[in-house]
This record gives sequence, structure tokens and C-alpha cells, in this order.
Amino acid sequence: MVRVDGFGGSSLIKVRGLDKKYYRGGEDIHVLQGLNLDVEQGEFVAFMGPSGSGKTTLLNLLGGLDVPSAGSITVAGDEITHMSRGKLTEWRGRHVGFVFQMYNLIPVLTAFQNVELPLLLTKLSKAQRRQHVETALSLVGLEDRMHHYPRQLSGGQEQRVTIARAIVSDPTFLLCDEPTGDLDRKSADEIMKLIVRLVKEYKKTVLMVTHDPLVAQQANTTLHLEKGALVETEAGNLQSALSGGAR
Amino acid sequence: MKYRGLLFANLFRKKIRLTLTLGSFAVALFLFSFLALVKQAFSGGVDIAGVDRLVVINRVSIIQPLPMAYRDRILRIPGVKRVTFDNWFGGVYQDPKNAFAQFAIDVQNQREVFPEMVVPDDQWQAFLKDRQGAVVGADLAKRFGWKIGQRIPLKGTIFPGTWEFNIDGIYHGQRVDQSQFWFQWDYLYERAKDFVQGQVGLYYVRIENPDDAVRISKDIDSEFANSAYETHTDTEKMFAAGFAKQMGNIGFLVTAIGTIVFFTLLLVTGNTMAISVRERMGELAVLKAVGFSDWFVMQLLLAESLVIAAVGGGLGLLAAAGFSALLATMSMHNMIPFSYLPANLALEGFGVALLFGVASGFLPALGGLRMRVIDAMRRV
Repeated sequence: MVRVDGFGGSSLIKVRGLDKKYYRGGEDIHVLQGLNLDVEQGEFVAFMGPSGSGKTTLLNLLGGLDVPSAGSITVAGDEITHMSRGKLTEWRGRHVGFVFQMYNLIPVLTAFQNVELPLLLTKLSKAQRRQHVETALSLVGLEDRMHHYPRQLSGGQEQRVTIARAIVSDPTFLLCDEPTGDLDRKSADEIMKLIVRLVKEYKKTVLMVTHDPLVAQQANTTLHLEKGALVETEAGNLQSALSGGAR
Repeated sequence: MKYRGLLFANLFRKKIRLTLTLGSFAVALFLFSFLALVKQAFSGGVDIAGVDRLVVINRVSIIQPLPMAYRDRILRIPGVKRVTFDNWFGGVYQDPKNAFAQFAIDVQNQREVFPEMVVPDDQWQAFLKDRQGAVVGADLAKRFGWKIGQRIPLKGTIFPGTWEFNIDGIYHGQRVDQSQFWFQWDYLYERAKDFVQGQVGLYYVRIENPDDAVRISKDIDSEFANSAYETHTDTEKMFAAGFAKQMGNIGFLVTAIGTIVFFTLLLVTGNTMAISVRERMGELAVLKAVGFSDWFVMQLLLAESLVIAAVGGGLGLLAAAGFSALLATMSMHNMIPFSYLPANLALEGFGVALLFGVASGFLPALGGLRMRVIDAMRRV
């Protein structure tokens, strides 16, 4: 269940009165204003909106990469808005899996080493880490590419490695920022199938930013950012966007 | 240990840049060690000089002689324990490049004034009995492969003619110059009486108490004031330091060059590290995004800098050690008494390399520490 009216109950992610403003060119620019959001465990939410509407800002705030100007974000009972920078980093390591548009893999590390990164922060032994990494990579279908470097992989494969890195430590939720934005349709479809499978089979909670109505359509809920607040997209609106030939 | 893969993967990212940075550290450390060796070679005499010995030379200059008659007068000064003297010989062995210090010594007092230069009794006795005998330092014997009983010809440059000597003994000692050649002063006097004219090069005075060195020095110089051969007396340490200073202020030169080299290195390496960090902003941001702390990122960058400093510095020290060993055995040994790179100097150099590794990596690492994930992501 996803709500944007601020009346949600004991949801996994609870956002109340979220404000974010930037000071640019001598004036305050309000990107998010009094935003409310409730997301329950196992939901797949897509955020849409025009460029500059604050989608990525919202994702950064939910992922603890940025701090709000006002309001609160609570994830699995942890209020993250007042955490110190160090605590927030630690919290991110435990609770958030990031999937970026540009993959952001470390080019000098193999697929295996990239996926292993979040596990280096845990107390797992080398053998346990290996087992986790192999599981994650086989889940994304790259068990035979684990010793390849990013430059030796296609865009779709790189994004699958990013997803494996995001899920390897079994985080509370995944944040995907335009996960298919840099891929061709075929690769994008494969990535979306993978994300949907994570939601359906593994009950992962996924929050995704996208410009692509076809991609957004695969989420359980699509939310639109308008004037700094979230509104639920009517199914008809999404359908008309699709028939309008987006992508 | 689990971060080793991450550290080394980053280090080997740009192999040419890594090689050049390692090379700059290696060259700097090589230069540092070599300059320190030069400094040590020039000031070595100062370090090993006895604290209870004075040197008496002609006030005009060290090459002017002093009368032999001064010996007994110096001995009468209170606090003086023993007096010996020598003359510089200046002979050539086979080739002028083979220069080494040769002294006609006072065999009666040599061992008492220089007890740290140890000659086995049987060899010394053989030397005393042999008018053409010679005692040589262990390093000198090793350099030319001389053995006891061997006959050595020296061609005189100050005292004309060819002089034949028999190696009767070899002296050793801890922290002493083992490259001298001694022979009996009587032999010199016998063959070059007209030239020597009862004069010696300088006197070494062993005193009862090092605390009396200043007073005894003054007494000796007062004793011969207003004579035809006025003296200048100093402690052996001061004498050696003054001798080294004739070559210029080596210490200052070494420090100045070393400082310039290291400062340049700091700028070059700091710039390299800064470029490396700038190129990797996105990757460092990812590390932070997935949960690595600001401190971890800083430590990772500092560790990279330290590894470069340690490996580059180590290579430079190894090269310096090899080069110093080469110099110590080559003909340059004649001019400057180079020694093998001592462990304390190597450790000091390594410490300096690490210090500069930290210093050059500090600012880029601080940038990594302060970097905000979203700012870095925007630049990607």
C-alpha cells in the first residue's frame, strides 16, 4: 500500500512534511514542499515528473544521501533526518541498495569485487562473502561473468552487476535512479524483468525514478511529482502517456 | 587485509602514472641517501675523533712543519699524558689514482695515543724490528689485496725516489679510518734527512682529562708563542670539523638540496594524487553511498600515497645502497671515504619517504573526506 496523504499507518517508509530548498542566485528554490509518503514492505513505486521536478532529490533524501530542509523520513522505525553524517553512512550500508543510471561500477574491480564492496563493511568471512556474491550474481544471471571487468561487459550486464551489488547485503529497500535510462529497449526490458522479479519473488521494496512510462507501468504504483508534492498517477493518464508514444 | 584488493586495484589503475610517481620517490630517496653519504664521508673524521686528543699544527697552515724538539716541551705541560707525531708522505702506489693516506709515524707512542686502532702484538713487534716495515688499515689491505709479508713500492712525490715497504701488520678498529698506511718515521728521516730536517708534520697529544682540553690547548700555544714556529692547538674533533669545512659547508648544501628536492617531490606527488582523486570522485561517491565512511575514504587515499612512498622510497634506498657499495669499492674511494649505506640512514630515509607520502596525500585525502556524495554524483 502506498499513500501520499500523510495518513499512512505503520509503513516501512514514512515521509512527513518533507521540504527541500536550495539557495541559488540569491533566492530560495523550493524543490519539495510538504511532501508526504507511506510505502509498505514489498511495494514497487515509480516516481515520474518533468526534469527538475525533484525526483532525484527525493530519492537522495530517501537514501540518506542528502538532508531535508524540513520534515521527517522514517525507515523501518529509524528516523534518519537527524542522524549525523557518520550514522547516516552506516545506516545506508545496512538499509539501502542503490542502482544508478550510469551504473557507477568501479572500473578497476571485477564484477565479483564490485558486488563484494558492501559486504566488506560486514563481519562476514571471506568464504561467506564469496557465497553471497555468487548468489547475487547468479540471481542477475551473471555467474559466468564474475571475473570480468566493467569494460568487458555490455551496458545491460553492467546494470545487472549494479543490481547485484545493491541486493547482495539484503538491504531494506532499493532505490533505482533511472535504471534503464542508458540502455536500449531490449536491455531495459531485461533489467525491468529483474527488478519486478526481486519485488515479486523476494518481496523487495523498490522506489524508482524514471522518465519512461513503459518502465513506470511495471511498478505497482506510479507517483507524479508536481509542484514539489506527490500525486498518484491515474491509470488512464499513464495509458495516455504510453499511447502518446513515449520512448 | 580485506581492503587490500581495493587498495591495489586503485594503485594499478594507471600503470604509467604509478611508475612515474614511484620513480620520483625513488629518485628523491636515492638523492637523499647519496647526499647524506657524501655528508657522512666528509664529516666521518669528526664523528670518530677522540675526545681526549688534541692536534697541534703550525699556526701558519697544516702543511708547514713543526720542530721535533717541541715534543718534550709539550710533554712537560700539566695534563698531557702522551705525545706522538707524524709526517704526511704523499707517495703513489702504481697509479696516481690509487691515492691513500700515508704517514711516517712515531712508533714509540702511536699505539698509546691511538689505542682504538688495534694492531696484533706479534705484528707490531715485527713492524718495530723492520725499518722498512709498514702497518696498513684493514680496508686498505682489502682494497689492494695486500697480505702480510708483501713488498709494496711507493713512488715519492714530496720525498723523491721509490720507497719499498714490507707489510708487517694490519690494524683494525670499530669506527676508525681503516685506510691509512703507516711506516716508521726513522725510515723517512734516514732516507730524507736533509728534507725532513728534524721536523714533523703535526703532533697528537693525548690528555689525562678531556675537560682540560681548552686549558691545555692554550698552554701549548702559549708555550710556543712568538717563536719561529707558532702553534695552533685544537681538539681532534674541532680539527676534523675544520678540515671538513675546507671542502665547503657540506651539511648546509646537503640540507638545502634535500629540502628543495623533497619540496618539489611533495608538489609533484600531491598534484598527482589530487588528479587521481578528482578523476575518481564518482567512484569515491559510490563507496560512500554503499556505506563506506568518510574516514575510510580518507584512509584509503592516504594508504595509496603511503604505499607509493614506501615502495618508491624503498627502491631509491636499495639503489643508493647498491651505489654506495659500488663507490666504496671503486676508485672514488680514494678521494672521499664513502661507506656502505648505514642502517640508521636507510631507516631515516625511509621515515622521510613515509612522512612525505602522508604529506603529499593529505590534502587530496582531506578532499575525499569532505566530499559529499550528491555533489560528486552530479559531476559524473
